[in-house]
Amino acid sequence: MSKGNNNSKINKIKLFMTIAAIILAFITLYIANNNLDSYKIRILNLAAVYAVCGLGLNIINGFTGLFSLGHAGFMMIGAYTAALVTMPPDVKTMNFYIEPIIAPLAHLQLPIPVALLLAGSIAALFSLIIAVPVLRLKGDYLAIASLGFAEMLRVLFTMAGSITNGALGLKGIPGIESIYFYWGTAIVAIVIIKQLINSSYGHAFKAIRDDEIAAQAMGINLFYHKTLSFATGAFFAGVGGAMMGFLVTTIDPNIGIFLQTFNILMIIVLGGLGSLTGTVISAVLVTSALELLRFVDAPIDFGFFAYPGIPGMRMVIFSLSLLLVIIFYQRGLMGMREFNWDWVIKKYNQFTNRSGKGGKGHGAVKNG
Amino acid sequence: MTFNIFLQHLANGISLGSLYALIAIGYTMVYGILRLINFAHGDLIMVAAYIAIYGIMMFKLPWWLSFTLAVIVTTIVGVIIERAAYKPLRSSPRISVLISAIGVSFFLENLAIVLFTGRPKPFPQPELFTTMLEVNNVYIMSLTFIIPVVTIVMLILLNYLVNKTTAGMAMRAVAKDFETSSLMGIEINKIVSYTFALGSGLAAIGGIMWGLKFPQIQPLIGVFPGLKCFIAAVVGGIGSITGATIGGFLLGIMEIMLVAFLPSLTGYRDAFAFVLLIVILIFRPTGIIGEKITEKV
Amino acid sequence: MALLKTDKITMQFGGIVAVSDFSLNLQKGQIVGLIGPNGAGKTTVFNMITGVYTPTKGSVYFQDTDITNKKPDAITKLGIARTFQNIRLFSNMNVYDNILIAKHTRLKSSPLAAILNVPGTSYRKQMDTFKEECWELLEAVELADEAFEKGTSLPYGKQRRLEIARALATNPEILLLDEPAAGMNPNESMELMEFIRKVRNKFNVTILMIEHHMKVVMGICEHIVVLDHGFQIAEGGPAEIQRNPKVIEAYLGVDADA
Repeated sequence: MSKGNNNSKINKIKLFMTIAAIILAFITLYIANNNLDSYKIRILNLAAVYAVCGLGLNIINGFTGLFSLGHAGFMMIGAYTAALVTMPPDVKTMNFYIEPIIAPLAHLQLPIPVALLLAGSIAALFSLIIAVPVLRLKGDYLAIASLGFAEMLRVLFTMAGSITNGALGLKGIPGIESIYFYWGTAIVAIVIIKQLINSSYGHAFKAIRDDEIAAQAMGINLFYHKTLSFATGAFFAGVGGAMMGFLVTTIDPNIGIFLQTFNILMIIVLGGLGSLTGTVISAVLVTSALELLRFVDAPIDFGFFAYPGIPGMRMVIFSLSLLLVIIFYQRGLMGMREFNWDWVIKKYNQFTNRSGKGGKGHGAVKNG
Repeated sequence: MTFNIFLQHLANGISLGSLYALIAIGYTMVYGILRLINFAHGDLIMVAAYIAIYGIMMFKLPWWLSFTLAVIVTTIVGVIIERAAYKPLRSSPRISVLISAIGVSFFLENLAIVLFTGRPKPFPQPELFTTMLEVNNVYIMSLTFIIPVVTIVMLILLNYLVNKTTAGMAMRAVAKDFETSSLMGIEINKIVSYTFALGSGLAAIGGIMWGLKFPQIQPLIGVFPGLKCFIAAVVGGIGSITGATIGGFLLGIMEIMLVAFLPSLTGYRDAFAFVLLIVILIFRPTGIIGEKITEKV
Repeated sequence: MALLKTDKITMQFGGIVAVSDFSLNLQKGQIVGLIGPNGAGKTTVFNMITGVYTPTKGSVYFQDTDITNKKPDAITKLGIARTFQNIRLFSNMNVYDNILIAKHTRLKSSPLAAILNVPGTSYRKQMDTFKEECWELLEAVELADEAFEKGTSLPYGKQRRLEIARALATNPEILLLDEPAAGMNPNESMELMEFIRKVRNKFNVTILMIEHHMKVVMGICEHIVVLDHGFQIAEGGPAEIQRNPKVIEAYLGVDADA
């Protein structure tokens, strides 16, 4: 009869199933790795990068209701941090031929996992500085102020030659091609974010999103929780940015342009603001779609009609189709729902009736 | 720095500021009515500039006709954008409309890349605007004077339209209280279109003058002026036409003076607007002339 | 000692004085009514007590601590909870989560502990206690059957009850209810009256309520304060208030039973 027992039993089942799912995911990666060519794997890797960045933005926008447009700025910080601490000293010397790199960075070379953590942490640190002025604002004001900070950062990165090599950017970042690295990192990110969202803190985020005034009346410290959400989102943007650097091996301040934020915003809107699984699915779909659309840029001969190929057409189609999604299909693929074990358990509980109420972990079922 | 050179900088500042003001008014009017940052507004600058170029270069129209056509077409484009991308979302959360606005902006930019390629095109320079005038041994291009004059004429015209005409009164009513106005029998859709038409028309005039001032036109030309003018509107107090005008002049003059007095900061010129924005948002979130709003609990 | 004391609090918006020199002493265990015509400044009083507005002048004391400049969340933590005139439930949450969220403020674990969520740790234990308390509360307010329904999809009366339950979940000393009977028919308001009385006795809270329904006010309030145009015009027991000529004048033309 004890609710507690029932609860922990169900939690154990959930844990078991989650582990099973992760194993399944790695088997899928194994199959993908052995059957796809390097081009397709690269696209999948890019999808993992976008998934991590998207998850970060979804914490801020989708779960806490803070309309931040500064994500690309945090990605840029992450990308540069990871690049600067992993590039071999001689490559750095070759890069910084106009203005030499400052001493502490010149010989620093850290392992990749440390670089990822550092990239996330520095991005989060920057977000804390920005949080003080930006998070006092609401709605559109927050949006434009965070966009402003991202643009300022980009100008700063272009000017700070002895750290960032200015507009020339960094070339020769150690490249990583392994699908296990990108999706492994993505899976770790998904698990951490899922845990956060389903925790008491995640609930506080959602309360702030739904009604700030009521949330505050429930004793939730708005500034603390908004900052927590903002910094966590920035952390994953930083990690995502670092991954991007390892994938493309060349970065410059243009990695922080608004278009980048827009791409990620589109991914999370398409997947559903407030849905983690939606973001991941959407990241894969959007990245693949962008690649598939490449054909419209290239010439095609239909025999009776030769299509000359219009460079840039792909982005026109892409922005138009996303516009259509926003206008006609606002809630995105998943809305606020998740595809998760709670769904399975909910079905199970319909048989066992009221005993099921104890079975609800604080990981909420989204009935939406 | 001699006094003469200072005057020259001031003239430049006023000229740039009045351009900002003209474009900022469109932002502020749309925000006043729909509470929407119209991200596509800046791209109308680009639309107007390209139409003007094609009118003169391809169709060999006289410049004044081409400019007029550019303003008319851009106005229509502005109204169509509202009808197609914002109106269906009027009852949706504001985040959706904002995303839609960003979507329109990217669509216009990408379309322009396809239609006109990314290569910059020179903007025609009719003689009227490029004559050098000598004032006190200082040479200033006639355009530097023409821009503020056009802006002032437009402001007077706008003031008349908003304060003295029925449509203008309806517009102010809608800005004050959207719901009540619709209950009072004001045709909201008409008024919203009217607002977009006015705002887009002004952006088009701003775009043409932008082209005359910075005669290299490429598809992304509207992005930075767009952002800066929105900032000018916020700095002045968004929702207020006077505020947008003050904000525009302030931003333009400060930007030119920053570069003139502290040349070492030239590289940070584009970041300056954002610094100003953040300072204003911290100390006076509703702008210079905006009133404090308290949320009803 | 008064549990809650407001000392001549005044609220000014620009040139308009919404509430002027409002003084109130709330004794433990009381149910006090705050009445007055529309626009009298009743909700403004609530907003000043709960920290949504900082009074232009005057101070608010809770158990002799000055809370005038505290933020709403800090005041809730100290033990003053409220409901809203236009119900403010968390729109994307079910009934149970709406209540569980009120416990978050008492959580003593860091976000990191919450992310790890290891069985047997203090975070797990706290959450288990919170959940247990939520279920008890849901049973007490008879909403346990609707626990997994969306809060905002409940019938109106139940939404009101849920909002009161959510406020109770913060373990308050004082409960501020802003027009709990608004929009209810006579039958529902009688039920609500019983409910409020039950809440006071069971949860041992002191209640200050704004209400227009005179039957409800006169039926359960032991003490009534009357506001008109921001001024406190009368104070006393229900019978006393009903006879007070100033009150009758303030309500003139308004059917007191409406």
